[in-house]
Amino acid sequence: MSARIVLLLPEVLGTYGDAGNAAVLAARLRWRGIDAHVHTVGWDDAVPEGGDVYVLGGGEDAAQMLAVERLRGSAGLRRALDRGAPTLAVCAGLQILGRAFTVADGTWVPGLGMLDVETTPGRGARRIGDVTADPLLDGLDELLVGFENHGGVTTLGADAAPLARVRGAGAGNGTGDRIEGAVGGRGGSIVGTYFHGPVLARNPALADLLLTRALGTLPPLEVPEGLPSSTARRLGARFRGLNAAVRRRAGA
Amino acid sequence: MPTVNPSARTIGGVIPRLPARARLAVAAARSVSGLARRTGRNGSVIGGRVATVLDRRVLGRLAAGRTVVLVTGTNGKTTTTSMIARALGGDAAERSSTGTGGDGDVATNHLGANMPDGITTALLDAPGTRLAVMEVDESYLGEVAAATDPAVIVLLNFSRDQLDRVGEVRTVARRVGDAVAAHPRARVVAFADDVLCAGAGLRSASPLWVSSPSSWTGDAGVCPRCDGPVTHAGLRWTCGSCGLERPPGNWALVRDDAGWSVRGPDGVEVPLELALPGHANRLNAAFAIAVATELGVAPAVAAARLRGLEQVGGRYRTVTRPGGTTRLLLAKNPAGWAQVLDLLDEGPGRPVVVAVNSREADGRDVSWLWDVPFERLAGHPVVVAGERAAELSVRLAYAGLPHRLADDAVAATRDTVGPVDLVGNYTAFHDAARVLT
Ligand SMILES: [Zn+2]
Repeated sequence: MSARIVLLLPEVLGTYGDAGNAAVLAARLRWRGIDAHVHTVGWDDAVPEGGDVYVLGGGEDAAQMLAVERLRGSAGLRRALDRGAPTLAVCAGLQILGRAFTVADGTWVPGLGMLDVETTPGRGARRIGDVTADPLLDGLDELLVGFENHGGVTTLGADAAPLARVRGAGAGNGTGDRIEGAVGGRGGSIVGTYFHGPVLARNPALADLLLTRALGTLPPLEVPEGLPSSTARRLGARFRGLNAAVRRRAGA
Repeated sequence: MPTVNPSARTIGGVIPRLPARARLAVAAARSVSGLARRTGRNGSVIGGRVATVLDRRVLGRLAAGRTVVLVTGTNGKTTTTSMIARALGGDAAERSSTGTGGDGDVATNHLGANMPDGITTALLDAPGTRLAVMEVDESYLGEVAAATDPAVIVLLNFSRDQLDRVGEVRTVARRVGDAVAAHPRARVVAFADDVLCAGAGLRSASPLWVSSPSSWTGDAGVCPRCDGPVTHAGLRWTCGSCGLERPPGNWALVRDDAGWSVRGPDGVEVPLELALPGHANRLNAAFAIAVATELGVAPAVAAARLRGLEQVGGRYRTVTRPGGTTRLLLAKNPAGWAQVLDLLDEGPGRPVVVAVNSREADGRDVSWLWDVPFERLAGHPVVVAGERAAELSVRLAYAGLPHRLADDAVAATRDTVGPVDLVGNYTAFHDAARVLT
């Protein structure tokens, strides 16, 4: 049976290349001999509840408001998140899964309430640029890298944990304490981040962590032939597996 | 929909004499421009900058009395501007030595200097021309239109480009719409198939629509009028909330057994015989013929004038090198790449060198590479170069494309036998063009 990577609403949540995260996940399974495909949920499609990993990307204000209204009534997505399906939510995707967000014009919008975060418009300029961050997530030991480009400020509630702590001039969630992203949902199954790039293309270990949570221990990765050796090295798995405690929590 | 704009102005008019302060500004600017060019700079903006310092209203004074066409959009501005100038009778011999100046009786900004200083310089360099055809950066359309009182505003397309620098594309398109609404006397010629472009064009009371197949719908999910969901079915698009839909084209690209032609109002149909390759250029030509017709040129005459155009600022130019030829192509965002991939599909699977930089002018973020369907390069030997070659290589690996890395794009073309295409984004393209031409 083919593993299913579910990409949600790329027509409206596809502004910053984040659909690439789904392509990366599927390819990294195929490179391990596991059949995989990307199931794209278009505007008129139902969200399947049996996906292996769910992926949401970034989008502009109007697109984000459309996306949250479209997903609010989705029984498939709710069931998937309730059972703890591994989920990656980037930028607007992160804000949508939270309790609520306020867009630049002041409109307050209830989120899907799956992640204990709330987002408000930031003061001053948008946070834009390349960032590096030290991961705070069990199982990740490589620096995270990405490109941040957002105006919102995301505050974590008691039921969400930070994903990473940014270095240098990075802004992360914009709360001034260097915290980047949010991990929450059932068993910590939702990983939210502001990193574009796409984040999984630039951080293959994070991709493999999501896949391990979904499918258990993965076979070794065989990089395709015909690539420059430096690229093959970048693609090679550096993820060393989940420790026992996380594996129990993730139910893997 | 009327095909004759009651407020359209005919070419001509009397160019008024400049006031004393403006004459001083113009004289100073010309001397500075000349100095810059003699010292090896291209001098495409400095003259305008100096003139504007001395006379803040110089752009408007230089435009007064001329019939002005402004061309804006994300992709194809430079090529379409060049085509319009030519269709209106400009002699099309590009003055690459100065970069600006008169194409016969048409002033135009050839080097893509498309902000107010560059446009001012182009007008300074072409005194007395009755026509001015200028490409304008999307963010400056309002300012330039306010100064030049355009007869025609051309809206080509709006898609994501340098999100980190230019801002969100919907905001850009909305401001362009505001500029359109502020100039009711201008005839707007806009692309009907592009949702954001149509949204801006509809701010005009009687726009002329150009229509053609296009493979990019990536920024078209949200309605520009009501923020509702827009769905696509082939070329048609409709907003599910307010019912806004693709306007019927007044000018359309059509294909029959004889090849491609442009069909216009009143039964007009003219065949296209372009030297420039690819579908994007056929569409640019449809715009040029529509604008020229609007300004009184017979469509067949306009189409004939486009035939000899072979390259625009180095784009599409083919240069000979030992062992083969190199064709230079520019693609700086996903929509531009969609056009280049269409073009490459039309030919044999020859080698492609792809170069990507991320300097200020390119945008620092390279996430957009993931919105390009590079899978379509399968069948072409591919070489990756440029300052962001490492990220591009990862992208191509995930697209399943074997390839090799090169330190230098131009050197990589020299390692290839036979014809090769070199595709660069903004600075990568210009770096290569400078070395090769
Ligand atoms: Zn609508």
